[in-house]
Amino acid sequence: MAKGVRPRVKVPKSASAGDVITIKCLISHQMESGQRKDKEGNVIPRSIINNFTCSFNGETVINVKMEPAISTNPYFEFDAKVPEAGEFEFVWDDDDGSTYTDTQAISVG
Amino acid sequence: MDLTRRETLAVGGAALVVAALPMPAMASAVDDLINEFTGGADLADSGVDLIAPEIAENGNTVPIEVSAEGAASIMVLAAGNPTPPVATFNFGPLAGESRAKTRIRLAGTQDVIAVAKMADGSFARTSKNVKVTIGGCGG
Amino acid sequence: MKFKALTAIAALMIAPGVAFAEPDDDTLVINGETEMVTKTAAPAHMEGTGIDTIMSGWHFRSDETQALETDDFDNPGMIFVDAGREQWNTVEGEAGKSCASCHEGPESMEGVRAVYPKWNEDAGEVRTLAHQINACRTENMKADPYKYTSGQMANMEALISLQSRGMPVNVAIDGPAAETWEQGKELYYTRTGQLELSCANCHEDNYGNMIRADHLSQGQINGFPTYRLKNAKLNTVHARFKGCVRDTRAETFKPGGPEFIALELYVASRGNGLSVEGPSVRN
Repeated sequence: MAKGVRPRVKVPKSASAGDVITIKCLISHQMESGQRKDKEGNVIPRSIINNFTCSFNGETVINVKMEPAISTNPYFEFDAKVPEAGEFEFVWDDDDGSTYTDTQAISVG
Repeated sequence: MDLTRRETLAVGGAALVVAALPMPAMASAVDDLINEFTGGADLADSGVDLIAPEIAENGNTVPIEVSAEGAASIMVLAAGNPTPPVATFNFGPLAGESRAKTRIRLAGTQDVIAVAKMADGSFARTSKNVKVTIGGCGG
Repeated sequence: MKFKALTAIAALMIAPGVAFAEPDDDTLVINGETEMVTKTAAPAHMEGTGIDTIMSGWHFRSDETQALETDDFDNPGMIFVDAGREQWNTVEGEAGKSCASCHEGPESMEGVRAVYPKWNEDAGEVRTLAHQINACRTENMKADPYKYTSGQMANMEALISLQSRGMPVNVAIDGPAAETWEQGKELYYTRTGQLELSCANCHEDNYGNMIRADHLSQGQINGFPTYRLKNAKLNTVHARFKGCVRDTRAETFKPGGPEFIALELYVASRGNGLSVEGPSVRN
Protein backbone atom coordinates (compact mmCIF):
# COMPACT_ATOMS: atom_id res chain seq x y z
CA MET A 1 0.00 0.00 0.00
CA ALA A 2 1.37 3.39 -0.99
CA LYS A 3 2.19 5.66 1.95
CA GLY A 4 -0.18 8.29 3.31
CA VAL A 5 -3.08 7.60 0.95
CA ARG A 6 -6.12 9.47 2.16
CA PRO A 7 -9.48 9.65 0.35
CA ARG A 8 -11.85 12.61 0.65
CA VAL A 9 -15.35 12.67 -0.82
CA LYS A 10 -18.02 15.35 -0.86
CA VAL A 11 -21.61 14.21 -1.17
CA PRO A 12 -24.71 16.16 -0.09
CA LYS A 13 -26.20 14.76 3.13
CA SER A 14 -29.69 14.58 1.65
CA ALA A 15 -31.59 14.88 -1.63
CA SER A 16 -35.06 14.34 -3.07
CA ALA A 17 -35.72 11.03 -4.78
CA GLY A 18 -34.74 11.32 -8.45
CA ASP A 19 -32.41 14.29 -7.89
CA VAL A 20 -29.13 14.61 -9.72
CA ILE A 21 -26.34 15.58 -7.34
CA THR A 22 -22.72 16.57 -7.87
CA ILE A 23 -20.03 14.49 -6.19
CA LYS A 24 -16.39 15.48 -5.76
CA CYS A 25 -13.58 13.21 -4.65
CA LEU A 26 -9.89 13.59 -4.06
CA ILE A 27 -7.32 11.07 -2.92
CA SER A 28 -3.76 11.78 -1.85
CA HIS A 29 -1.43 9.72 -4.04
CA GLN A 30 1.90 10.42 -5.72
CA MET A 31 0.80 8.94 -9.07
CA GLU A 32 4.40 8.11 -9.96
CA SER A 33 4.28 8.14 -13.75
CA GLY A 34 7.11 5.75 -14.62
CA GLN A 35 8.62 8.52 -16.78
CA ARG A 36 10.93 9.96 -14.15
CA LYS A 37 14.47 9.04 -13.17
CA ASP A 38 16.09 9.18 -9.75
CA LYS A 39 19.39 10.92 -8.95
CA GLU A 40 21.36 7.89 -10.17
CA GLY A 41 19.55 7.93 -13.50
CA ASN A 42 17.42 4.85 -12.84
CA VAL A 43 13.82 4.96 -13.96
CA ILE A 44 11.46 5.31 -10.97
CA PRO A 45 8.92 2.51 -11.50
CA ARG A 46 5.37 3.45 -12.27
CA SER A 47 3.06 3.39 -9.23
CA ILE A 48 -0.36 4.85 -9.79
CA ILE A 49 -4.01 4.41 -8.99
CA ASN A 50 -5.28 2.86 -12.23
CA ASN A 51 -9.01 2.62 -11.66
CA PHE A 52 -11.76 4.46 -9.81
CA THR A 53 -15.39 3.43 -9.37
CA CYS A 54 -18.31 5.13 -7.67
CA SER A 55 -21.45 3.09 -7.12
CA PHE A 56 -24.72 3.66 -5.30
CA ASN A 57 -26.48 0.77 -3.58
CA GLY A 58 -24.43 -1.56 -5.77
CA GLU A 59 -25.18 0.11 -9.10
CA THR A 60 -22.45 1.94 -11.02
CA VAL A 61 -22.42 5.72 -11.24
CA ILE A 62 -19.05 6.14 -12.94
CA ASN A 63 -15.93 4.14 -13.61
CA VAL A 64 -12.67 5.78 -14.64
CA LYS A 65 -9.73 3.97 -16.18
CA MET A 66 -6.79 6.09 -15.04
CA GLU A 67 -3.41 6.52 -16.73
CA PRO A 68 -0.15 8.11 -15.51
CA ALA A 69 -1.25 11.45 -17.02
CA ILE A 70 -3.69 11.93 -14.14
CA SER A 71 -2.19 14.49 -11.73
CA THR A 72 -0.82 13.78 -8.28
CA ASN A 73 -3.68 13.65 -5.73
CA PRO A 74 -6.31 12.55 -8.30
CA TYR A 75 -9.50 14.62 -8.35
CA PHE A 76 -12.84 13.76 -9.95
CA GLU A 77 -16.13 15.59 -10.11
CA PHE A 78 -19.23 13.99 -11.64
CA ASP A 79 -23.03 13.77 -11.34
CA ALA A 80 -25.12 10.98 -9.85
CA LYS A 81 -28.82 10.16 -9.79
CA VAL A 82 -30.28 9.44 -6.38
CA PRO A 83 -33.32 7.17 -6.83
CA GLU A 84 -33.64 6.35 -3.12
CA ALA A 85 -31.85 6.67 0.21
CA GLY A 86 -28.68 4.65 0.43
CA GLU A 87 -24.94 4.61 0.34
CA PHE A 88 -22.34 5.71 -2.17
CA GLU A 89 -19.24 3.57 -2.32
CA PHE A 90 -15.95 4.85 -3.72
CA VAL A 91 -13.15 2.46 -4.66
CA TRP A 92 -9.67 3.32 -5.92
CA ASP A 93 -7.40 0.49 -7.22
CA ASP A 94 -3.63 0.86 -6.81
CA ASP A 95 -1.03 -0.66 -9.17
CA ASP A 96 0.35 -2.52 -6.16
CA GLY A 97 -2.90 -4.43 -5.72
CA SER A 98 -4.23 -2.50 -2.75
CA THR A 99 -7.60 -0.79 -2.81
CA TYR A 100 -8.77 2.31 -0.97
CA THR A 101 -12.46 2.72 -0.19
CA ASP A 102 -14.77 5.30 1.28
CA THR A 103 -18.53 5.33 1.78
CA GLN A 104 -21.04 8.11 2.22
CA ALA A 105 -24.71 7.76 3.12
CA ILE A 106 -27.42 10.00 1.70
CA SER A 107 -30.96 10.39 2.99
CA VAL A 108 -34.01 11.10 0.86
CA GLY A 109 -36.69 13.35 2.24
CA MET B 1 4.84 14.46 -7.70
CA ASP B 2 7.83 16.55 -6.81
CA LEU B 3 9.56 17.35 -10.07
CA THR B 4 12.96 19.00 -9.89
CA ARG B 5 13.92 21.39 -12.65
CA ARG B 6 16.14 18.72 -14.19
CA GLU B 7 13.34 16.17 -14.17
CA THR B 8 10.94 18.69 -15.64
CA LEU B 9 13.41 19.29 -18.44
CA ALA B 10 13.66 15.53 -18.93
CA VAL B 11 9.91 15.21 -19.23
CA GLY B 12 9.88 18.15 -21.63
CA GLY B 13 12.73 16.52 -23.52
CA ALA B 14 10.75 13.35 -23.91
CA ALA B 15 7.93 15.42 -25.34
CA LEU B 16 10.35 17.03 -27.77
CA VAL B 17 11.51 13.64 -28.98
CA VAL B 18 7.90 12.68 -29.54
CA ALA B 19 7.31 15.95 -31.34
CA ALA B 20 10.38 15.42 -33.49
CA LEU B 21 9.15 12.09 -34.84
CA PRO B 22 7.77 12.22 -38.36
CA MET B 23 4.15 13.30 -38.14
CA PRO B 24 2.64 9.97 -39.27
CA ALA B 25 4.43 8.13 -36.45
CA MET B 26 3.02 10.40 -33.75
CA ALA B 27 -0.38 10.65 -35.33
CA SER B 28 -0.57 6.88 -35.58
CA ALA B 29 -0.15 6.34 -31.82
CA VAL B 30 -3.17 8.57 -31.21
CA ASP B 31 -5.05 7.18 -34.23
CA ASP B 32 -4.41 3.63 -33.05
CA LEU B 33 -5.81 4.43 -29.61
CA ILE B 34 -8.88 6.06 -31.17
CA ASN B 35 -9.37 3.14 -33.56
CA GLU B 36 -9.10 0.72 -30.68
CA PHE B 37 -11.80 2.71 -28.85
CA THR B 38 -14.12 3.13 -31.83
CA GLY B 39 -13.42 -0.05 -33.77
CA GLY B 40 -12.71 2.18 -36.75
CA ALA B 41 -16.13 3.83 -36.79
CA ASP B 42 -16.64 7.33 -38.20
CA LEU B 43 -16.20 10.27 -35.82
CA ALA B 44 -18.72 13.10 -35.70
CA ASP B 45 -17.36 16.61 -35.17
CA SER B 46 -19.96 17.57 -32.62
CA GLY B 47 -21.61 15.97 -29.63
CA VAL B 48 -18.73 15.98 -27.20
CA ASP B 49 -17.38 19.01 -25.32
CA LEU B 50 -13.99 19.51 -23.76
CA ILE B 51 -13.22 22.45 -21.47
CA ALA B 52 -9.56 23.12 -20.81
CA PRO B 53 -7.59 26.31 -20.16
CA GLU B 54 -6.08 28.06 -23.17
CA ILE B 55 -2.93 28.58 -21.14
CA ALA B 56 -2.06 26.29 -18.23
CA GLU B 57 0.05 27.87 -15.50
CA ASN B 58 1.66 24.54 -14.76
CA GLY B 59 1.60 21.36 -16.82
CA ASN B 60 1.54 19.21 -13.69
CA THR B 61 -2.06 20.07 -12.81
CA VAL B 62 -4.31 21.13 -15.67
CA PRO B 63 -8.06 21.15 -14.91
CA ILE B 64 -10.27 19.71 -17.67
CA GLU B 65 -13.96 18.89 -18.05
CA VAL B 66 -15.54 16.55 -20.59
CA SER B 67 -19.22 16.11 -21.34
CA ALA B 68 -21.34 14.48 -24.02
CA GLU B 69 -25.08 14.23 -23.65
CA GLY B 70 -26.12 10.62 -23.37
CA ALA B 71 -22.60 9.23 -23.89
CA ALA B 72 -21.74 5.80 -22.53
CA SER B 73 -18.06 6.65 -22.24
CA ILE B 74 -15.52 9.36 -23.02
CA MET B 75 -11.83 8.73 -23.68
CA VAL B 76 -9.30 11.53 -23.14
CA LEU B 77 -5.91 11.60 -24.88
CA ALA B 78 -2.98 14.02 -24.67
CA ALA B 79 -1.39 13.84 -28.11
CA GLY B 80 1.94 15.33 -27.04
CA ASN B 81 2.60 13.31 -23.88
CA PRO B 82 5.21 10.52 -23.85
CA THR B 83 2.22 8.15 -23.52
CA PRO B 84 -0.99 9.74 -24.86
CA PRO B 85 -3.71 7.95 -22.82
CA VAL B 86 -5.09 10.08 -19.95
CA ALA B 87 -8.36 8.51 -18.78
CA THR B 88 -11.52 6.81 -19.95
CA PHE B 89 -14.75 7.73 -18.18
CA ASN B 90 -17.43 5.03 -18.30
CA PHE B 91 -20.85 6.27 -17.22
CA GLY B 92 -23.05 3.79 -15.37
CA PRO B 93 -26.84 3.56 -15.09
CA LEU B 94 -26.82 6.00 -12.13
CA ALA B 95 -24.70 8.68 -13.80
CA GLY B 96 -26.62 11.95 -13.58
CA GLU B 97 -25.11 13.32 -16.74
CA SER B 98 -22.28 12.11 -18.92
CA ARG B 99 -19.91 14.70 -17.54
CA ALA B 100 -16.71 14.63 -15.48
CA LYS B 101 -13.95 16.94 -14.31
CA THR B 102 -10.41 15.96 -13.43
CA ARG B 103 -6.85 17.34 -13.36
CA ILE B 104 -4.22 16.09 -15.78
CA ARG B 105 -0.52 16.28 -16.65
CA LEU B 106 0.63 17.79 -19.92
CA ALA B 107 4.31 17.48 -20.85
CA GLY B 108 4.14 20.61 -23.01
CA THR B 109 1.93 22.66 -25.30
CA GLN B 110 -0.24 20.20 -27.20
CA ASP B 111 -3.72 19.05 -28.26
CA VAL B 112 -5.97 17.36 -25.74
CA ILE B 113 -8.48 15.08 -27.48
CA ALA B 114 -11.81 13.73 -26.24
CA VAL B 115 -13.68 10.93 -28.01
CA ALA B 116 -17.18 10.02 -26.85
CA LYS B 117 -19.05 6.79 -27.43
CA MET B 118 -22.73 7.65 -27.67
CA ALA B 119 -25.57 5.49 -26.39
CA ASP B 120 -26.51 4.58 -29.98
CA GLY B 121 -23.00 3.29 -30.68
CA SER B 122 -21.86 6.30 -32.73
CA PHE B 123 -18.75 8.30 -31.88
CA ALA B 124 -17.82 11.97 -31.64
CA ARG B 125 -14.46 13.70 -31.30
CA THR B 126 -13.21 17.11 -30.24
CA SER B 127 -9.84 18.56 -29.36
CA LYS B 128 -8.41 21.63 -27.71
CA ASN B 129 -4.93 23.10 -27.85
CA VAL B 130 -3.51 23.88 -24.40
CA LYS B 131 -0.43 26.05 -24.08
CA VAL B 132 1.76 24.96 -21.18
CA THR B 133 3.99 27.69 -19.81
CA ILE B 134 7.37 27.24 -18.21
CA GLY B 135 7.78 29.33 -15.11
CA GLY B 136 10.60 31.75 -14.46
CA CYS B 137 11.37 30.61 -10.96
CA GLY B 138 12.93 27.19 -11.02
CA GLY B 139 10.48 26.04 -13.57
CA MET C 1 5.38 50.02 -15.39
CA LYS C 2 8.11 50.00 -12.80
CA PHE C 3 11.45 49.26 -14.34
CA LYS C 4 14.15 50.56 -12.07
CA ALA C 5 17.20 48.93 -10.60
CA LEU C 6 17.39 45.99 -12.96
CA THR C 7 20.55 44.13 -13.67
CA ALA C 8 21.25 43.32 -17.30
CA ILE C 9 20.47 39.65 -16.73
CA ALA C 10 17.24 40.37 -14.96
CA ALA C 11 16.26 42.64 -17.84
CA LEU C 12 16.70 39.68 -20.17
CA MET C 13 14.60 37.45 -17.95
CA ILE C 14 11.74 39.85 -17.42
CA ALA C 15 9.65 40.50 -20.49
CA PRO C 16 7.78 43.76 -19.96
CA GLY C 17 4.55 44.75 -21.60
CA VAL C 18 2.73 41.41 -21.63
CA ALA C 19 -0.93 42.24 -21.97
CA PHE C 20 -2.30 40.14 -19.11
CA ALA C 21 0.42 41.09 -16.66
CA GLU C 22 -1.65 43.25 -14.31
CA PRO C 23 -2.95 41.64 -11.12
CA ASP C 24 -6.69 41.18 -11.44
CA ASP C 25 -9.54 42.68 -9.41
CA ASP C 26 -11.34 39.45 -8.55
CA THR C 27 -12.68 38.84 -5.06
CA LEU C 28 -11.68 35.74 -3.12
CA VAL C 29 -14.61 34.18 -1.32
CA ILE C 30 -14.02 30.77 0.21
CA ASN C 31 -16.84 28.21 0.42
CA GLY C 32 -19.23 30.96 -0.65
CA GLU C 33 -19.05 32.51 2.82
CA THR C 34 -15.64 33.78 3.91
CA GLU C 35 -14.64 36.94 2.05
CA MET C 36 -10.91 37.44 2.22
CA VAL C 37 -8.97 40.70 2.27
CA THR C 38 -6.60 40.18 -0.66
CA LYS C 39 -5.88 43.86 -1.38
CA THR C 40 -5.50 46.58 1.20
CA ALA C 41 -3.51 49.67 2.05
CA ALA C 42 0.15 49.02 2.70
CA PRO C 43 1.21 49.20 6.36
CA ALA C 44 2.85 52.43 7.49
CA HIS C 45 6.35 50.98 7.56
CA MET C 46 6.21 50.47 3.78
CA GLU C 47 6.11 54.20 3.08
CA GLY C 48 8.78 54.96 0.52
CA THR C 49 8.73 51.50 -1.06
CA GLY C 50 6.52 52.65 -3.91
CA ILE C 51 3.84 50.15 -2.86
CA ASP C 52 0.57 51.73 -1.75
CA THR C 53 -1.57 48.63 -1.99
CA ILE C 54 -0.49 45.22 -0.77
CA MET C 55 -1.88 42.23 -2.65
CA SER C 56 -2.14 38.55 -2.03
CA GLY C 57 -0.35 36.33 -4.55
CA TRP C 58 -3.82 35.00 -5.40
CA HIS C 59 -4.40 38.03 -7.66
CA PHE C 60 -1.45 37.09 -9.83
CA ARG C 61 -2.66 33.61 -10.74
CA SER C 62 -4.85 32.39 -13.59
CA ASP C 63 -8.60 31.99 -13.15
CA GLU C 64 -8.22 28.20 -13.08
CA THR C 65 -5.65 28.32 -10.29
CA GLN C 66 -7.63 30.94 -8.38
CA ALA C 67 -10.74 28.77 -8.49
CA LEU C 68 -8.95 25.95 -6.65
CA GLU C 69 -8.76 28.11 -3.53
CA THR C 70 -12.42 29.15 -3.48
CA ASP C 71 -13.68 25.81 -2.19
CA ASP C 72 -12.18 23.72 0.57
CA PHE C 73 -12.91 20.58 -1.31
CA ASP C 74 -11.28 21.74 -4.54
CA ASN C 75 -8.24 22.93 -2.58
CA PRO C 76 -5.82 19.96 -2.52
CA GLY C 77 -4.03 21.56 0.44
CA MET C 78 -6.94 20.47 2.63
CA ILE C 79 -5.83 16.84 2.40
CA PHE C 80 -2.81 17.91 4.39
CA VAL C 81 -4.95 19.73 6.93
CA ASP C 82 -6.64 16.37 7.54
CA ALA C 83 -3.22 14.79 7.97
CA GLY C 84 -2.28 17.60 10.37
CA ARG C 85 -5.42 16.94 12.41
CA GLU C 86 -4.37 13.32 12.82
CA GLN C 87 -0.91 14.43 13.95
CA TRP C 88 -2.56 16.85 16.38
CA ASN C 89 -4.31 13.97 18.11
CA THR C 90 -1.39 11.54 18.05
CA VAL C 91 0.46 10.94 21.30
CA GLU C 92 4.21 11.14 20.78
CA GLY C 93 7.27 11.45 22.98
CA GLU C 94 8.23 10.45 26.49
CA ALA C 95 5.72 12.77 28.15
CA GLY C 96 2.91 10.71 26.64
CA LYS C 97 1.14 13.74 25.22
CA SER C 98 -0.38 14.89 21.96
CA CYS C 99 -1.05 18.50 20.96
CA ALA C 100 -4.64 17.86 22.05
CA SER C 101 -3.54 16.89 25.58
CA CYS C 102 -2.77 20.53 26.39
CA HIS C 103 -4.54 22.54 23.68
CA GLU C 104 -7.71 20.46 23.19
CA GLY C 105 -9.08 21.07 19.68
CA PRO C 106 -7.10 22.87 16.97
CA GLU C 107 -9.72 25.68 17.21
CA SER C 108 -7.75 26.81 20.26
CA MET C 109 -5.11 28.01 17.78
CA GLU C 110 -7.44 30.71 16.42
CA GLY C 111 -5.47 33.89 15.84
CA VAL C 112 -2.06 32.28 16.31
CA ARG C 113 -0.95 32.19 12.68
CA ALA C 114 -1.81 35.88 12.26
CA VAL C 115 0.77 37.09 14.79
CA TYR C 116 3.74 34.83 13.97
CA PRO C 117 6.71 35.23 13.81
CA LYS C 118 6.54 36.60 17.34
CA TRP C 119 8.86 37.58 20.17
CA ASN C 120 9.11 34.89 22.84
CA GLU C 121 9.94 36.52 26.17
CA ASP C 122 11.13 33.36 27.93
CA ALA C 123 13.38 32.30 25.09
CA GLY C 124 14.54 35.85 24.39
CA GLU C 125 14.14 35.42 20.65
CA VAL C 126 11.75 35.83 17.76
CA ARG C 127 10.12 32.51 16.99
CA THR C 128 8.41 31.38 13.84
CA LEU C 129 5.29 29.23 14.07
CA ALA C 130 7.41 26.24 13.03
CA HIS C 131 9.89 26.93 15.82
CA GLN C 132 7.07 27.22 18.33
CA ILE C 133 5.61 23.90 17.13
CA ASN C 134 8.99 22.26 17.58
CA ALA C 135 9.52 23.90 20.98
CA CYS C 136 6.22 22.39 22.08
CA ARG C 137 7.27 19.01 20.76
CA THR C 138 10.70 18.94 22.39
CA GLU C 139 9.92 20.74 25.66
CA ASN C 140 6.36 19.69 26.47
CA MET C 141 5.92 16.40 24.62
CA LYS C 142 9.56 15.26 24.94
CA ALA C 143 9.25 14.21 21.30
CA ASP C 144 11.60 14.66 18.36
CA PRO C 145 11.20 17.94 16.50
CA TYR C 146 9.79 17.90 12.98
CA LYS C 147 12.32 18.60 10.27
CA TYR C 148 11.89 22.30 9.58
CA THR C 149 10.41 22.15 6.08
CA SER C 150 9.08 18.58 6.25
CA GLY C 151 5.67 17.39 5.20
CA GLN C 152 4.67 16.86 8.83
CA MET C 153 5.62 20.43 9.69
CA ALA C 154 3.72 21.76 6.67
CA ASN C 155 0.66 19.70 7.67
CA MET C 156 0.71 21.10 11.20
CA GLU C 157 1.24 24.67 9.99
CA ALA C 158 -1.66 24.23 7.57
CA LEU C 159 -3.96 23.00 10.34
CA ILE C 160 -2.99 25.90 12.60
CA SER C 161 -3.15 28.51 9.81
CA LEU C 162 -6.65 27.40 8.88
CA GLN C 163 -7.89 28.37 12.37
CA SER C 164 -6.94 32.00 11.60
CA ARG C 165 -8.23 32.04 8.04
CA GLY C 166 -9.73 35.40 7.16
CA MET C 167 -8.14 37.18 10.13
CA PRO C 168 -5.72 39.99 9.27
CA VAL C 169 -2.00 39.30 9.44
CA ASN C 170 -0.76 41.37 12.35
CA VAL C 171 2.85 40.70 13.29
CA ALA C 172 4.51 43.03 15.78
CA ILE C 173 7.60 44.79 14.47
CA ASP C 174 8.34 47.06 17.42
CA GLY C 175 9.59 46.42 20.93
CA PRO C 176 11.90 43.44 21.35
CA ALA C 177 11.15 42.20 17.79
CA ALA C 178 12.46 45.42 16.22
CA GLU C 179 16.06 44.30 15.94
CA THR C 180 15.17 41.06 14.17
CA TRP C 181 12.78 42.97 11.92
CA GLU C 182 15.57 45.38 10.90
CA GLN C 183 17.80 42.41 10.06
CA GLY C 184 15.06 40.96 7.92
CA LYS C 185 14.55 44.26 6.15
CA GLU C 186 18.24 44.50 5.36
CA LEU C 187 18.20 40.98 3.90
CA TYR C 188 15.16 41.85 1.79
CA TYR C 189 17.09 44.61 0.06
CA THR C 190 20.43 42.77 -0.19
CA ARG C 191 21.32 41.42 -3.62
CA THR C 192 22.48 37.82 -3.64
CA GLY C 193 23.89 35.32 -6.08
CA GLN C 194 25.37 35.47 -9.54
CA LEU C 195 22.24 37.21 -10.76
CA GLU C 196 22.64 39.84 -8.03
CA LEU C 197 18.95 40.03 -7.24
CA SER C 198 17.38 41.04 -3.97
CA CYS C 199 13.84 40.14 -2.92
CA ALA C 200 12.92 43.74 -3.72
CA ASN C 201 14.19 43.60 -7.30
CA CYS C 202 11.49 41.13 -8.25
CA HIS C 203 8.75 41.54 -5.66
CA GLU C 204 8.84 45.30 -5.04
CA ASP C 205 10.20 46.77 -8.29
CA ASN C 206 8.65 44.33 -10.71
CA TYR C 207 5.55 42.72 -9.30
CA GLY C 208 2.93 42.44 -12.02
CA ASN C 209 5.61 41.93 -14.69
CA MET C 210 6.39 38.59 -16.25
CA ILE C 211 9.55 36.66 -15.43
CA ARG C 212 9.59 34.39 -18.44
CA ALA C 213 6.09 32.90 -18.24
CA ASP C 214 5.65 33.51 -14.53
CA HIS C 215 3.65 36.43 -13.23
CA LEU C 216 5.66 38.08 -10.46
CA SER C 217 3.69 38.69 -7.27
CA GLN C 218 4.54 40.90 -4.33
CA GLY C 219 5.99 37.86 -2.62
CA GLN C 220 3.44 37.98 0.19
CA ILE C 221 3.45 35.02 2.60
CA ASN C 222 -0.07 35.35 4.06
CA GLY C 223 -1.08 32.23 2.10
CA PHE C 224 1.54 29.85 3.49
CA PRO C 225 1.80 26.95 3.69
CA THR C 226 0.96 26.89 0.00
CA TYR C 227 -0.10 24.00 -2.19
CA ARG C 228 1.82 24.43 -5.42
CA LEU C 229 0.64 22.85 -8.67
CA LYS C 230 4.29 22.62 -9.62
CA ASN C 231 5.20 20.02 -7.00
CA ALA C 232 1.69 18.99 -5.88
CA LYS C 233 2.38 19.38 -2.17
CA LEU C 234 2.33 21.91 0.62
CA ASN C 235 5.31 24.24 0.64
CA THR C 236 6.59 26.04 3.72
CA VAL C 237 7.74 29.66 3.80
CA HIS C 238 11.40 28.84 4.36
CA ALA C 239 11.42 26.24 1.59
CA ARG C 240 10.07 28.95 -0.72
CA PHE C 241 12.66 31.48 0.47
CA LYS C 242 15.32 28.87 -0.21
CA GLY C 243 13.98 28.33 -3.74
CA CYS C 244 13.97 32.08 -4.39
CA VAL C 245 17.52 32.62 -3.14
CA ARG C 246 18.68 29.56 -5.08
CA ASP C 247 17.16 31.09 -8.22
CA THR C 248 19.45 34.10 -7.78
CA ARG C 249 22.21 31.47 -8.04
CA ALA C 250 23.37 31.97 -4.48
CA GLU C 251 24.24 29.65 -1.65
CA THR C 252 21.03 29.82 0.33
CA PHE C 253 20.51 30.35 4.03
CA LYS C 254 19.40 27.41 6.12
CA PRO C 255 15.65 26.91 6.56
CA GLY C 256 14.91 27.60 10.23
CA GLY C 257 18.13 29.59 10.60
CA PRO C 258 18.41 33.15 11.97
CA GLU C 259 18.52 34.84 8.54
CA PHE C 260 15.28 33.29 7.32
CA ILE C 261 13.58 33.86 10.70
CA ALA C 262 14.37 37.58 10.37
CA LEU C 263 13.33 37.60 6.72
CA GLU C 264 10.07 35.85 7.53
CA LEU C 265 9.23 38.46 10.17
CA TYR C 266 9.95 41.30 7.74
CA VAL C 267 8.08 39.75 4.79
CA ALA C 268 5.14 38.83 7.04
CA SER C 269 4.98 42.47 8.22
CA ARG C 270 4.67 43.64 4.60
CA GLY C 271 1.42 41.67 4.58
CA ASN C 272 0.01 43.19 7.78
CA GLY C 273 -3.67 43.71 6.96
CA LEU C 274 -4.09 40.92 4.40
CA SER C 275 -6.16 37.91 5.43
CA VAL C 276 -4.45 34.76 6.58
CA GLU C 277 -5.08 32.44 3.60
CA GLY C 278 -3.17 29.26 4.41
CA PRO C 279 -3.31 26.72 2.96
CA SER C 280 -3.52 28.65 -0.30
CA VAL C 281 -3.11 27.32 -3.86
CA ARG C 282 -0.51 28.71 -6.25
CA ASN C 283 1.14 27.57 -9.48
